[in-house]
Amino acid sequence: METLAMPAINFAAIMPETILSAVAMALLLVNVFVRSEQKAYLGYLSLIGILVTFFPIVAGWNAPVELQSGFNGAVLQDNFSLFFKGIFLVSAALSILISDQYMQREGCNHGELYPLILLATAGMMLMASGTDLMVIFLGLELLSVALYVLAGFNRDKLKSNEAGLKYFLLGAFSTGFLLYGMALTFGATGTTKIAGIAAYVAANPMITGNQMFLVGMLLMGVGFSFKIAAAPFHMWTPDVYEGAPTPMTAFMSVGPKAAGFAAFLRVFMIALPAYKPEWSALLWVLAVLTMTVGNITALFQQDIKRMLAYSSIAHAGYVLVGFVAGNAVGTAGIMFYMLSYAFMNIGAFAIILLVGRKGEPNNNVADYAGFGFKHPLLGLAMSIFLFSLAGIPPAAGFIGKFYIFSGAIQAGYIWLAIIGVLNSAASVYYYLRVMVFMYMKDPVEEFDWLKVTPAHALCLLVAVAGVLIPGIVPGYLLELAQKAVFF
Amino acid sequence: METFFFAIVALVAIVSGMLVVKCRNPINSALSLIVTFFCLATFYVMLEAPFMAAIQVIVYAGAIMVLIVFVIMLLNLRTETGSRYTHAVTVGTIIGVLTLIEIVYFFSGGRSGLTGATGGLNTETIERVGHTELIGRSMFTDFLLPFEITSLLLLVAIVGAVVLAKKKI
Repeated sequence: METLAMPAINFAAIMPETILSAVAMALLLVNVFVRSEQKAYLGYLSLIGILVTFFPIVAGWNAPVELQSGFNGAVLQDNFSLFFKGIFLVSAALSILISDQYMQREGCNHGELYPLILLATAGMMLMASGTDLMVIFLGLELLSVALYVLAGFNRDKLKSNEAGLKYFLLGAFSTGFLLYGMALTFGATGTTKIAGIAAYVAANPMITGNQMFLVGMLLMGVGFSFKIAAAPFHMWTPDVYEGAPTPMTAFMSVGPKAAGFAAFLRVFMIALPAYKPEWSALLWVLAVLTMTVGNITALFQQDIKRMLAYSSIAHAGYVLVGFVAGNAVGTAGIMFYMLSYAFMNIGAFAIILLVGRKGEPNNNVADYAGFGFKHPLLGLAMSIFLFSLAGIPPAAGFIGKFYIFSGAIQAGYIWLAIIGVLNSAASVYYYLRVMVFMYMKDPVEEFDWLKVTPAHALCLLVAVAGVLIPGIVPGYLLELAQKAVFF
Repeated sequence: METFFFAIVALVAIVSGMLVVKCRNPINSALSLIVTFFCLATFYVMLEAPFMAAIQVIVYAGAIMVLIVFVIMLLNLRTETGSRYTHAVTVGTIIGVLTLIEIVYFFSGGRSGLTGATGGLNTETIERVGHTELIGRSMFTDFLLPFEITSLLLLVAIVGAVVLAKKKI
């Protein structure tokens, strides 16, 4: 009997995932010895783990090609995936910073929170660097299963249970689509490696008429669209975002979306470039629908968490515009936008979390009456985040939108860019409505329960800096994003 | 002969699959699901994947179904009487029929058919080396990383189950 020929493993290619999983497992053990009122220390430990994870990411930047690939080409840690891994780490760190206060207030500060966040982040990373459909699928499952639990983490609250169950049922349903698509694609091409699929399509142009391959491609598209919450696959978003614990809403509105886009981009751009006219026509419709449905529905929301949920659907639509463009400018725009979206959206959720108190989420827009006078600094921060979400300069959201739309114009999608800008203009209404309440209404409440912990202040500072600095001097970050584009 | 046999098993699989959804009594649904699983195992045998067939019967039809039936009996679910969601059923039927027509139309057009790529493994290799060994080999070489990620996935599932379901954590 011959021996097994082990593949070239190259641990450097999965170093960030390895560190995060190791820290998560260690924290599960430490958790047993930590008393319930001191669970915040687990948060600090996981933050240290995240900081350590930044090292292999910085060290791997611009690494030679043979060092990027590992496990027989199952993962590829190129600049593209490294940039996304940075986004995931930022969103995980910011969410962890605001978690402890909320979880203590709601009485669900279980130590398992932090390992689950770290493992979800590892799952996102595998999605971003996976070049094998199996790795992408398993990364997505790792991420999703952790998120189902995090959405239902507040066990004693009915809304949270509902969010977890809804997310689980619809998420499992959509995973079925994705997996079926992958299976059919495998059946048609005989490989699960993205590069292998691309080579097969290039070698067999006749495959365009193969129904099995076409249906596989469509089903994969549907599965990914579910994960990024593109209309008409967005129905789960508002309920899940509303019911989940606020720090977890912040987490799941940014990272998983970015991970979904990373895998979506890599599969469609590398494996299926031959079909670009077909799938970009489909995505064109999807982008317009997503932007319009998200923005129009957000106009009528009274609950601020639901409003941000619909706004996150609209933002997925803007990012899809860059995807349809399919050129270097559009893709760099997507990456820049996802990073700034991490800062502005988590920042906004951090403020929402502060305004609420136990048993009284104060999520209604009217609850923000006079908030800007009572807490001028927090009001200013919230205004910066809302301006950035609306895409008003000098915030980072404006630069990101600018590059995405100019990518679309360069690729010749003038109408798509026009619809995008119109949508963006409509969205200003509901963002500014919150500010009208904050600054132009007389305060009803004293907001005296509001307590900003140091961790929370750090999160807000980082978020404000992350919105303003790239917004005023975008050059450096854009250059990084342009170097990260993989074609 | 093989096509005829396939048609019979496929028919049983589809009918029992529909019964899973249509049965009012959850126990009947679970039993229909077992029949579906057995039909799938038969498909695996026909595809010359005996290991997959054995695993399908042992793990799904055996272990998982016992668990499902056990939970149903423990929870003592009542038979669902009266029909809810009648609108959804109507809309779903219309969409389903439309999709079926679309699928039939899509596949009946004179296209290149459903030929897929053939890999390096064929009946002869499977008979010579053995199905189980081939699976084991690819699991520890080509699919080493996915295999390891699965362990993380199971860990998350266990932690999640404890967090959500344990009385006092």
